[in-house]
Amino acid sequence: MNQATATATELPPPRVHQGAIGWMRASLFSSPLNTLLTLLVAWLLLMVIPAMVEWLFIRADFSATTAQECRASGGACWAFIVEKHRLILFGVYPYDEQWRPLLATIILIAIIVCSCMRRFWKPWLGLLWIAALTLVGILMWGGVFGLTHVENDRWGGLPLTLILATFGIAAAFPFGLLLALGRRSHMPAVKAVCVIYIELIRGVPLISLLFMSSVMLPLFLPEGFSIDKLLRAQIALIMFAAAYIAETVRGGLQAIPAGQYEGADSLGLSYWQQMRKIILPQALKVVIPPLVGIFISLFKDTSLVVIIGIFDLTQAAKTAVADAAWRGFSAEAYLFIAFIYFIFCFSISRYSQSLERHLQTGHQR
Amino acid sequence: MTNKRTSPQAPKRRLSWNDPSVRSWIYQVLILGIVGFAIWYLVSNTLHNLAVRNISTGFDFLDREAGFAIGESSIAYSPADTYGRAIWVGILNTLRVSILGIVAATILGTILGIARLSKNWLLSRVASAYIEVMRNVPLLLQLFFWYAIITESMPGPRDALKPLPGVFISNRGLKLPGVHGDALDWMIGGLGLAIVAIVLCAHWARKRQEATGQIFPLFRVAAGLIIVLPLAGWLVSGGSLALDMPVLKGFNFAGGITLSPEFAALLAGLIIYTSAFVAEVVRSGIQSVNQGQWEAAGAIGLSRARMLRLVILPQALRVIVPPMTSQYLNLTKNSSLAVAIGYPDIVSVVNTTLNQTGQAIEGILIIMAAYLTVSLSISIFMNWYNKRIALVER
Repeated sequence: MNQATATATELPPPRVHQGAIGWMRASLFSSPLNTLLTLLVAWLLLMVIPAMVEWLFIRADFSATTAQECRASGGACWAFIVEKHRLILFGVYPYDEQWRPLLATIILIAIIVCSCMRRFWKPWLGLLWIAALTLVGILMWGGVFGLTHVENDRWGGLPLTLILATFGIAAAFPFGLLLALGRRSHMPAVKAVCVIYIELIRGVPLISLLFMSSVMLPLFLPEGFSIDKLLRAQIALIMFAAAYIAETVRGGLQAIPAGQYEGADSLGLSYWQQMRKIILPQALKVVIPPLVGIFISLFKDTSLVVIIGIFDLTQAAKTAVADAAWRGFSAEAYLFIAFIYFIFCFSISRYSQSLERHLQTGHQR
Repeated sequence: MTNKRTSPQAPKRRLSWNDPSVRSWIYQVLILGIVGFAIWYLVSNTLHNLAVRNISTGFDFLDREAGFAIGESSIAYSPADTYGRAIWVGILNTLRVSILGIVAATILGTILGIARLSKNWLLSRVASAYIEVMRNVPLLLQLFFWYAIITESMPGPRDALKPLPGVFISNRGLKLPGVHGDALDWMIGGLGLAIVAIVLCAHWARKRQEATGQIFPLFRVAAGLIIVLPLAGWLVSGGSLALDMPVLKGFNFAGGITLSPEFAALLAGLIIYTSAFVAEVVRSGIQSVNQGQWEAAGAIGLSRARMLRLVILPQALRVIVPPMTSQYLNLTKNSSLAVAIGYPDIVSVVNTTLNQTGQAIEGILIIMAAYLTVSLSISIFMNWYNKRIALVER
């Protein structure tokens, strides 16, 4: 067979299978159905995209100073965003002090980006997190180093969303890990407590937990003792995310072959040593993609705190929209913050995909 | 290898910290103690606080007059009705939007998932752009966006958009033509009869195929029955069927079916958001089926439709059903975001109720119980379905 191919002269493939024409034939017009679909989609895009580009950019107004001026242009009113960007990004934080939430935001983003790089995966990363979160706390609250004190009911916008998400993940992850281990435990009482908690939380919407934290928690606590609204919302988010993290980690624990447990047993390791050195490193690696999915949903779910009146990014946009002098530009405001949410969520999900490829050690098929 | 229990010098069991079972007992008692104490502490605090604030507990308030109106309801309701009935209206509204959302998101999501895998470059690019954008923007924000689009950017009823005859889109919501008349009952009867006949026919066809190998053209027969029987119902009833077209009267529409802006925004948001997730589930299901299965099915001469139905789908469904279940549960739970745009679902109705009565604990218990019931029913049904389609291993 080899000889036969060796003697044959190599002909170039037919021209219609090469280059741009070949590509179009193969991927756009390979069959009558495909041609029809291509034409249909192309027609749809032609209907939508030019109109959108025109509205978004060409007829958009970036510099108007009043709403009337903006409305006259007939396109998107980005001047509204220019006018309101401080309110949307930082909420009602004292205007002159807004460099502090800005710096806090940068620190939070930096620590998240650092944790994503493998060269930072060292034991001291935990310390770095603690340092960064403390620094964020100092910047936001103030009251020390000559910074004026700012009550946390004036926090708002993007830093608040990031704080809710990062503190939420940082606290929910260990809690969820313990719940997952508890659910796999051989002790029936521990298992029952964990199962009831996980199933109860996963069966109800986050809103009901947020309502619970805002309406019921004050009733739960002894008289005269109260937790502020932001912390209560944070607790609800942590409780909610922990149940989902627990279920995901449990999936990873179930994927570890029994031989690993037996091997660890035979080495005489204690339960916690086994978990820390043998089981969890393998189990967590398996569940990185769904875990990142949960982090992304937690980030998106922070927007629900709007419903109990916390001034996060979404609430800030709603407030900007409600300004009587600038009525009727909700679409612009919502698109703007949708873009912010999208940037964060999309880059995290892309990162998780690349991580999955890097950590591939040949365990999968 | 001497077994501890059978060896002659089995040590007497002593209570010792080194005995795992003793330790496990101590841990469990400790944990139950802590949890029990925490619950007792919270309950006693709550009872004390309620006593101080003079709030009576119990579900008696359900029988009192609600006194607030609900924008839309599938059963008769007026402010003179009780809180219990108001909450029931809320539950029905939640179910209505969830069921419609689940059906539509499944259909749209399946189409998108298949489109994303299509060999057509343009189609798969458009599908994946849609999926990425919709998955990565919070649902609540999408709801606000659609609601703002409907109420702010849509024209008033007088110059409503009219994409199809009888369909009006305005800032008062969506108007669709309705159907009424005696023939409707007959036609629904015919449709029911057709479904029963198809189920029986499918059963008979499978039995016959197993016995003789003859294939029955079930799809064509089913399509015929679905069309012919309702049509027969229409003829029998004498054809008294009237289209109820919405018409502009004064400042608003009369007649037809109305989807309020809240309902339309919620439904659109839920469908658009969830369908992106459903699409990913469907895609991973189809991709999980080995390429060899397609080739083998082709080798025994099946047509592409039969390949998909007999070989690929049964295998893909095993991967699809569990994550699909959680998407359905998510959609149902996400419908609670209705409260943010003012659609009267259960959360919104109970929220009004507890603001009026102060019965916070009971209200939140009702919400949680309602969602737990719905969640558990969906997961029981889907687990049953999952078991039915699961691989039967030897």
